[in-house]
Amino acid sequence: MTLNRRTFLSTSAVAAATLAAPMVRAQGKPRVVVIGGGAGGATAARYIAKDSKGDIDTTLIEPTRTYYTCFFSNLYLGGFKTIDEIGHSYGGLAAAGVNVLHDWAVGVDRDAKTVTLAGGGTLNYDKLILSPGIDFVDMAVPGWDISAQNAMPHAYKAGSQTELLKAQLKAMPEGGTFAMVAPPNPYRCPPGPYERVSMVAHYLKLNNPTAKIIVADPKPKFSKMALFQEGWNNHYEGMVDWVGEDFGGGNVSVDHAAMTVTIDDEVTKVDVANVIPAMKAGRIADIAGVTDGNWAPVNAADMSSKMDPDVYVLGDASQQGDMPKSGFSANSQAKVCANAVRGALTGSKVFPAKFSNTCWSLIETNDGVKVGATYEATAEKIAKVDGFISQTGESADVRKATYEESEGWYAGITADMFGAKA
Amino acid sequence: MRALAAYLAAAALAALPALADPGDVEKGQKLFQQCKSCHQIGAGATNRSGPHLNGLFGRKAAGLDGFRYSKSFQRAGAGGLEWHAETLDTFLENPRAMTSGTRMSYRGLKNAKDRTHLIAFLRQYSDDPANIPEADPTAQGIDHDLDPAILALVGDPEYGAYLSGECTTCHQAAGGDDGIPSITLWPEDQFVVAMHAYKTKKRNHPVMQMIAGRLGDEEIAALAAYFKDLEN
Repeated sequence: MTLNRRTFLSTSAVAAATLAAPMVRAQGKPRVVVIGGGAGGATAARYIAKDSKGDIDTTLIEPTRTYYTCFFSNLYLGGFKTIDEIGHSYGGLAAAGVNVLHDWAVGVDRDAKTVTLAGGGTLNYDKLILSPGIDFVDMAVPGWDISAQNAMPHAYKAGSQTELLKAQLKAMPEGGTFAMVAPPNPYRCPPGPYERVSMVAHYLKLNNPTAKIIVADPKPKFSKMALFQEGWNNHYEGMVDWVGEDFGGGNVSVDHAAMTVTIDDEVTKVDVANVIPAMKAGRIADIAGVTDGNWAPVNAADMSSKMDPDVYVLGDASQQGDMPKSGFSANSQAKVCANAVRGALTGSKVFPAKFSNTCWSLIETNDGVKVGATYEATAEKIAKVDGFISQTGESADVRKATYEESEGWYAGITADMFGAKA
Repeated sequence: MRALAAYLAAAALAALPALADPGDVEKGQKLFQQCKSCHQIGAGATNRSGPHLNGLFGRKAAGLDGFRYSKSFQRAGAGGLEWHAETLDTFLENPRAMTSGTRMSYRGLKNAKDRTHLIAFLRQYSDDPANIPEADPTAQGIDHDLDPAILALVGDPEYGAYLSGECTTCHQAAGGDDGIPSITLWPEDQFVVAMHAYKTKKRNHPVMQMIAGRLGDEEIAALAAYFKDLEN
């Protein structure tokens, strides 16, 4: 009996892939342009450059020179990480053969297959990958717009906003009030606001123990709710007041000049207001004309846009089905996309799509929890296959191991995105 | 192919010992001779190159203070592994299926009957089994041998390279092992045995049980073929 991977493949997975003949080019190498250098875009660019071994001209357009990961940015707020520990340069990608352009993409012409840059240049592409992350829905929280982000930071794109929120947290008067306006579904990082509440509570417990945290939430429930609420009771008793939909948490407005938050007609003067508005795909997806409503619909098998087979949308900006909007998800989608794009441009083998996600959250020192699932591509969407979640009442040992695992994951995924540090 | 499967199924059935076989303590004592150079048991037993084995039943893996366990063992303990007849049976059959990085060089006791005897012997040095028979019965061994046809699969490293994307989100391709173990340069057979131990939930870890749970035999072979040669 001979069982052999190659013979097996020749009859199944590859059969479908070879139906699509590789693109024939009259001159030069095929060109891929990736817009957005986060978990989706950096991973896709790196994998395409690395695996094509120079046969694909890969350009990444990313305005920032240092990328601060949103994941673990709450741990910076809690004092568990420094801002430098969550910052990453693009040198590793350049070394992997990616042409890294620090510029803004301001236009996409899908007929001419070009991308225009704020700096004035124009790039041609054969395949375009959009991984722009999120922007905020205008007037989602009455009284707040992007001009109010210094008085009331969102801190939901990591970096200067996160540092600002930390500075405001440190400057809170004794016994002051920290307010959060949580976003409606769907949004980036479902457990993120609640991990943030935990990390703010951790900081306040050590530095300002009579301070209070109030959360206005338009949702009746949230990711890992039982785990977070158990943790808040155990570690931060009486500090966190979560106002869900049932108690008017969705009926909220802010006044950034007066520093007030109004929840269900009750006005509260606050010292820090972290406003996380409703989200939509990063603006370039809209400009490219691949959105339907707030998000960009994609085909589950390869993350290609439903509007254009030569455009792919990864991560938070995409509307793909069951996967949460997370860095892990974007990284997972990027690898499926990179495999498909490389196959289409060079004729390399295309394997069936497989996706997975795990989200770790830290509640208090050495008290980590996680939730995760595996997914597959169906004709309609990315569909959940199987999943798990940490349990309430777990031992301190299990929670500590979970936290340590999250640190290992952070090292793993950032190396997977940006390449191992030189 | 079908005939082979039928043969293997019959072989697996034949390997199952009689139900509720308590094991032979005397035979177990003889088998323990091969453990003695590293593990002490009984009155006055202390940690040597391996931890002492008094009170082993119900002990958490890596649960003795004062013994320096491998990272692999510490993770298994933190992940909830406790020593009972069933877990010991799995462990003794192939220690690396459960704890890939154990420092114990012992290759495993393949005969299920022998494992039953050895476990019966070890059981004498935990709380008296007569007092709490149902808490930790000296159960019979269960044959966990992986189907030899699975171990014989030849993996395709190119397919493994693609599939490895699912691994390298957490396990560093460059081999770092803080918080999450390194899986690079892992001998192929050990990789396969470990993945199947997760797949069948003999080895604890919710993420790995989930990931391995949907990997087919061919996919596990492909990943093993890829990671065995992966150098930074």
